[in-house]
Amino acid sequence: MRVGVIGVGDVGSAVLELSTEYGHTVTAVADSKSATIEPEGVNVSKVLSTKRTDGVVGSDDPKEALEGPYDVLVECTPTTLDDAEPGFSHAGIALQRDRHVVLANKGPVAERYRDLKELEAESDGTVRFGATVGGAIPIISTIEDFGPDRVTSLRGVLNGTANFILSRMATEGLDYEHVLAETQDLGVAEADPSFDVNGIDAALKGVIIANVLEREENLSLEDAEIEGIENLPGSMLDLAQKDGRTIRLIVEVTDGTVRVGPRLLPKNSDLAPVGTRNAVGIETESAGQLNLSGRGAGGVETASAVLSDIERFSK
Amino acid sequence: MNDSQTDIRAYTLRLELVDEPGELLRSLKPIAENGGNLLSIFHERGNVTPRGHIPVEVDIEATPDRFETIVEGLRDAGINVIQAGTERYSEGLTIILSGHLIDTDLSDTLSQIQETKYATVTDISLTAPQGATDISSARLKLATESGSTAEVLESIREIADEKDLRLVEPLITGSDA
Repeated sequence: MRVGVIGVGDVGSAVLELSTEYGHTVTAVADSKSATIEPEGVNVSKVLSTKRTDGVVGSDDPKEALEGPYDVLVECTPTTLDDAEPGFSHAGIALQRDRHVVLANKGPVAERYRDLKELEAESDGTVRFGATVGGAIPIISTIEDFGPDRVTSLRGVLNGTANFILSRMATEGLDYEHVLAETQDLGVAEADPSFDVNGIDAALKGVIIANVLEREENLSLEDAEIEGIENLPGSMLDLAQKDGRTIRLIVEVTDGTVRVGPRLLPKNSDLAPVGTRNAVGIETESAGQLNLSGRGAGGVETASAVLSDIERFSK
Repeated sequence: MNDSQTDIRAYTLRLELVDEPGELLRSLKPIAENGGNLLSIFHERGNVTPRGHIPVEVDIEATPDRFETIVEGLRDAGINVIQAGTERYSEGLTIILSGHLIDTDLSDTLSQIQETKYATVTDISLTAPQGATDISSARLKLATESGSTAEVLESIREIADEKDLRLVEPLITGSDA
């Protein structure tokens, strides 16, 4: 397929690299300031090295890239809240042109699901967003395969940074501030980790799942009940540990509600992964609980989910 | 064998003891002798009834048959059994609270939880690393009546909210929710 990529951060770069590996042709690449359009195929390694050295991806206009010669547009710009712009408009332009859209950006699916679905309904293109939840773990596609009607709830860890902080605090007996600083030094947490530790990132993912499960009601971030792990006292983890339990930042999606907060669970629970891993339990009507775990973030991991979505269009 | 001989359940007994040395021990004897497993004792020493008795709440585990024998044994020993709970406290629930636990009157927090209709506090563990006036944390184990977990958690959320305490709830999965 001919792939257009907008947003060239960790995920976008990895999508560019993997696309060629998967046998696709990248025909347009854009970041916020620049673009490269090449109907015969963009030289991906050249684009990535220009991005590294000069901070641009080419000399074309990003607006033209959106109108470029692609079959599927991959939207990897940073997640924004409320109107979810500019990601939402990018998806909208592609759909109006009857092109497929793959989102790695959570904003449009979490904040404007109904609007997005309306645009999709009028288009010959389809929107997929498996990469927005759980990185490489096929959570959305598992729910779709099972049938959203047959899934009653989902619970689990969907933020690797918060999980890393809590599991370090538990095993090392260190306090929150100390571990947070260490996490930033290791590059696990971003310079501004607030979305990770205040629960917003996990809540966005919960809202996206709720939107997939409840096709009538559409939720956005403001419908979620959110509590983060900021300044969680080490003594709380101590008390949990002494009782064979631990604390994790858990997303719960049940009956059209989304709750995010620190929860107590058995230390060896499937839903208490260690480090940056994610893990979810999907409760089904007829088959009990289904657990999935794996790498929930990272450029290549998330890009692999993007490529899985692209593969689905070619079937 | 039928259920009443094998099915172990949790019961709450409310007793009123005469304020004399050895009464508490005497009241526990019929429980131990008749195969009851003692879960917790809530001895309200400072809370004397109008008749000058001391209320005690005892949580035990026993089969229904044994529970009846225990209640008979208590009455035979002249112990005042105010309430022999038929409620089934079958589900254990663990929560952790943190904040100014001492300043916000921990025993009041516990009694408030105890007063919620469907729960009884069976165990408490407290850490106060910075001394009593600063942030401390407590782990509470509760026995709740089956099917009432959501309601109990809701009440605890309100209590924690009112006292500005940080609450870590247990993750309730699947059909328990």
